Amino acid sequence: MNNTIVAFVLGVPFVLLFGFYMLAVYLSNHHRRWPLYRSVLWTAGVSFSILSVAGPIAERAHTDFTAHMLGHLFLGMLAPLLMALAAPMSLLLRTLPVKGARRLTRLLRSKPVGVLSNPVTATILNIGGLWLLYTTDLYMMMHHSIILHVFIHIHVFLAGYLFTISMIYIDPIPHRFSYRYRAIVLVIALAGHGILSKFIYANPPSGVPADQAQAGSRLMYYGGDMIDVVIIFLLFLYWYQAARPRKRAAQVT
Amino acid sequence: MANGARNSYYSRNLWSGFLFGLGLVVFFDESVFHQLLNWHHFYDKSTTEIGIVSDGFFHAFSWFATIGGLFMYADLRRRQALWKTRWWGGVLLGMGAFQLYDGTVQHKLMQLHQIRYNVDILPYDLVWNITAILMVITGSIILLKTRRQAGTGGVTNPLSNE
Repeated sequence: MNNTIVAFVLGVPFVLLFGFYMLAVYLSNHHRRWPLYRSVLWTAGVSFSILSVAGPIAERAHTDFTAHMLGHLFLGMLAPLLMALAAPMSLLLRTLPVKGARRLTRLLRSKPVGVLSNPVTATILNIGGLWLLYTTDLYMMMHHSIILHVFIHIHVFLAGYLFTISMIYIDPIPHRFSYRYRAIVLVIALAGHGILSKFIYANPPSGVPADQAQAGSRLMYYGGDMIDVVIIFLLFLYWYQAARPRKRAAQVT
Repeated sequence: MANGARNSYYSRNLWSGFLFGLGLVVFFDESVFHQLLNWHHFYDKSTTEIGIVSDGFFHAFSWFATIGGLFMYADLRRRQALWKTRWWGGVLLGMGAFQLYDGTVQHKLMQLHQIRYNVDILPYDLVWNITAILMVITGSIILLKTRRQAGTGGVTNPLSNE
């Protein structure tokens, strides 16, 4: 398989995403300054994505399962979290002309987007996709087909991003679900991730030597935990802010 | 007065402590027995499938419980509704309940992993589970005592959006 083509096809969209974001910051900065830390988060997120699809980690991932897992942690969890925190939808809405922004809002309010951004849908796409990849022959097939390889990597990133924004609301999201609902789905999703890690430890995917599977699954288990902690923390932080006690009208007499 | 506030957040004091206690004991288990002492094994060949599932859910829930329990603690504080005695009762009950579950159901019934390998396991199991029972009893006594002080317990939802 031609690794250079794969790296190029997967890497270029992220370079473009970086360019679009910076262009939008430049265009919309006339009225109100876009916070610098958001641009920094976007840059970091894009960098981790590129690191996982092109360069030494991506190169080693073809033969080394641990490197593959590190790349997937970056592409499917860390980069989506950093990029979600950069609030790209808010930036887009304030950059677009009013008419375009209205059209985008209408799209966000539509039913399909509501179904897609439901935490359960996002979890099935994200964690379900991982189960499919590592417990079937898909993982081995991925190494023999460029199209499959590209498709799976795009899926990992998009599903990871969708999962992140379905749990923590940084950008405007019209279809909102309660903290309790999101928290329950989040715990189930995290459990699904942890259980899969241990499953891989005991049952290496076809074509992966046992020692690599063990090292890779540990990385998946503990690396996943580190990012999950941040998502849980943010979910509770927003709950904490939203649940701020307010003076009741009855008390003001 | 603070007393009125703490009575209306009577349940949340228990839940906050319980969740934090549960999370704390799982964290302790993970860091001390798995990482530092290396007594526990990441995966034991004799583990049942249900053991892996149970472990997965508790592991995921423990992070959630630790962080959630502490945010609830902060919430009680800003409402001046924190009742430390009751909170500690919750912590002990949460710690004991999970440790007992871990020591009996997960270690023994589901054969998740043992406390230590290549040793006589009985004294380890006894210390583990007796400590757990002591924590459950102490926690329960504290909770019953504070319940008597509060009179009738109000039911508040620990995760409500309000």
